[in-house]
Amino acid sequence: MHSAIVSPKGVWWKPAGKQEKLWVTIAFVWCMILFAMMPFWHFKGGQNPSGMRSRVDPKDFAARAQRFVEDYKVGDENGIPVVAPPAGSDLYLVARMWAWSPILKLKKGATYTLHLSALDVNHGFSLYPININFQVVPGYDYALTVTPNDVGEYKIICNEFCGIGHHLMVGKAIVEEGESTASAAAEVSEVNNE
Amino acid sequence: MSNAMADTLQGWGRRCQVTGLKVHSEAEKLIKVNAVVAVVAFLVGVIAAIGLVLTRWQAVHLLPADWYYRLMTVHGMNMLIFFILFFEMAVLYFAGPVLLNCRVPAPKVGWLAFGLMVLGAVMVDVVIFAGKADVLFTSYVPLRAHPLFYLGVILFAVGAILVTCLFFASLVVAKREQTYEGSVPLVTFGALTAAIIAAITLLHGAAIYIPTFLWSLNIIPIDPELYRVVWWGLGHSSQQINVAAMVSVWYLLGGLTVGAVVLNEKISRSAFSLYVLFISMASAHHLLVDPGLGPAWKVWNTSYAMYLAVLASMIHGFTVPAGIEMGQRLRGLVKGRFEWLRKAPWGDPGFSGMFLSLVIFGFFGGITGVTSGTEQINIIAHNTLRIPGHFHVTVVGGTALAFMAVTYYVLPLIFQRKVALWGLAKIQPYLFGVGIVIMAMSMTFAGSFGVPRRHWDITFAGAATSVEFHPMVDMLMGTMAIGGLLAAIGALAYIAIAVLSVFFGQKVDWSRVGDGGAGIPQGVAKLPKQAHTGAAVEQVHQAGTPGTMVLVGVFLTVFVLYYFVNWKMLSMVWKIG
Ligand code: HEM
Ligand SMILES: [Cu+2]
Ligand SMILES: [Cu+2]
Repeated sequence: MHSAIVSPKGVWWKPAGKQEKLWVTIAFVWCMILFAMMPFWHFKGGQNPSGMRSRVDPKDFAARAQRFVEDYKVGDENGIPVVAPPAGSDLYLVARMWAWSPILKLKKGATYTLHLSALDVNHGFSLYPININFQVVPGYDYALTVTPNDVGEYKIICNEFCGIGHHLMVGKAIVEEGESTASAAAEVSEVNNE
Repeated sequence: MSNAMADTLQGWGRRCQVTGLKVHSEAEKLIKVNAVVAVVAFLVGVIAAIGLVLTRWQAVHLLPADWYYRLMTVHGMNMLIFFILFFEMAVLYFAGPVLLNCRVPAPKVGWLAFGLMVLGAVMVDVVIFAGKADVLFTSYVPLRAHPLFYLGVILFAVGAILVTCLFFASLVVAKREQTYEGSVPLVTFGALTAAIIAAITLLHGAAIYIPTFLWSLNIIPIDPELYRVVWWGLGHSSQQINVAAMVSVWYLLGGLTVGAVVLNEKISRSAFSLYVLFISMASAHHLLVDPGLGPAWKVWNTSYAMYLAVLASMIHGFTVPAGIEMGQRLRGLVKGRFEWLRKAPWGDPGFSGMFLSLVIFGFFGGITGVTSGTEQINIIAHNTLRIPGHFHVTVVGGTALAFMAVTYYVLPLIFQRKVALWGLAKIQPYLFGVGIVIMAMSMTFAGSFGVPRRHWDITFAGAATSVEFHPMVDMLMGTMAIGGLLAAIGALAYIAIAVLSVFFGQKVDWSRVGDGGAGIPQGVAKLPKQAHTGAAVEQVHQAGTPGTMVLVGVFLTVFVLYYFVNWKMLSMVWKIG
């Protein structure tokens, strides 16, 4: 055998050794498992970044979000509206330099369609503390169905650099207990989804 | 291969006293200037890095917000683009003309390219420091930098593409002038894949930076999502250049330091080829939770068509250590499973740096990368500190460290200088490697708690609502800083050694190089013997590489565990679809 800085002479297309073959086989099988996990999770798993994706003019998105706020507004916090939409409804969350709007009041176990878009530059949706993250791109509506599985006050951190005020951009989502027990709430949300 | 070979090849170049290779003087000069500028860019990047770690360490919180983001831009550009690419240009001149014993086909083009790259890099840095490009190295449209920022990148890229063309030309020249026998060496083959990837990648670069330049002049519009798709076609694919170049360096140093052998040319070369086939797909790693692309595209691309590029890395991750093990066994270190590893030259920074790079890249980098690059798992990783945690163990603990290691051989073999501060040089790879691993693992775990990357203040002082991170996060940001500072010390040590050796170093005395001593890595003193005879050889070949089998077994076990733990973590968050 020779080192890797030497030109191999003659035919070097030779069968590999036993151990090398074994490792290549194991590695190949593992790669196929890695691959299969993703489609598998689309069928069996509960968390997928598919969503409904479409282009949207930032002005139109802002208008839709405005209507959403008018329909379900229940209060105000430091100038940011607080909305409490019913289970099954569409939520519009607007990202712009440097605030998320509105503040969302949700019910545990209910399912919503969360629309994310930005009015100026890229922003990053990062739901604290459970750490789920999505890219928010101006001109695109990312509509994800979400089902909160626990009550609490969640923060929405911006985790894509969006200018000098980037680190000040935090929003909020509050998840409260549904009217009934968790399992019943899930059923209610099923109905609401119809 | 002996010191007796004293022919001077007057007017053309010289003959390397250790390897016996003919070194064209133009190749030598171009290697030198590119390596020196690479180190300068590295220094700028390291100074910025110290500012960044000391800012993210909330207890210190050194920089004001604008300078934190500005130095982040400086760090990203100078490290990931300028340092790495200048060094790779040097690697191309080495793996082409030097290893193939031939001339640089058109040295003037080489100098033109070098000039363009320096001009471009200086332009970019001036614009950033002037505060006209606070857009980070990704410069996501519609964040806007000064037009000269984009123009600088374009000039730099044109230079890099010219060097790549010169490398291809040197392969043609060497073939035509028959300067080598048989096939090109594996190291050159690896560099060839790196160069092919570079050519394709740089085309993506042109496809995005030229329109963006025009956009910055208000001539055309650009779609923000399309920008991300094409930009990452450049941004991530260029990481495959780094991987291919790094793996080539592993093979090179294995041969130079311990006489590592190529177990099977077919396997190693096929693995390199897999990198070429699937590179453009890597863009997807950054777009898994983007609104512009559908699930089928994401799944297919993020896995490089079913993980075949990962397969390639897993193959090199075996063949490199196995080649070292076999080389060591052939030299008599046959006891047990690990005598070859215990008795390896751990005091030779060329060896220790290479082996640490291999472990850090393969083990830490590979596992974190494949895991967070999984379509759904990316939901709990995207834009958190997990991401810089991952790439600091790939391109930094892997590629940059491999480049440092090879520097310890480039200094005597190309610059013909002894390595200065030899005592420091011996521990430098450990300082840098251990520091980077501590920093990157702290980032990875902090990111798992949701700590964002590129963020000036995670106490959110002055923000609309407060966020209280888990108490563990404080500690992790502290260990991240300590690891980062340790790495910075290792990096500064590297720079000091390189600069002192090149500009003030003692000349290597080729007639006495065999005696070794301070400043002469052991592989330079005596190129490890590679030819062996007798029945013992057959026996070694029969026994194979049992030590490496254990190593890859441990690797796979941890990989499987980390991967499925992440699926478990994902399954616990809100249902999303
Ligand atoms: C001395 C060693 C180094 C240290 C201590 C270090 C430290 C850091 C830190 C603290 C960050 C900021 C993370 C954040 O706040 O989001 C960062 C970002 C980064 N580093 Fe390093 N780094 C080092 C070397 C390198 C090298 C050698 C490279 C490339 C070859 C590199 C590439 C990057 C990139 C691309 C970013 C991301 C910048 C961005 O998000 O815009 N680093 N580094
Ligand atoms: Cu933002
Ligand atoms: Cu932001």
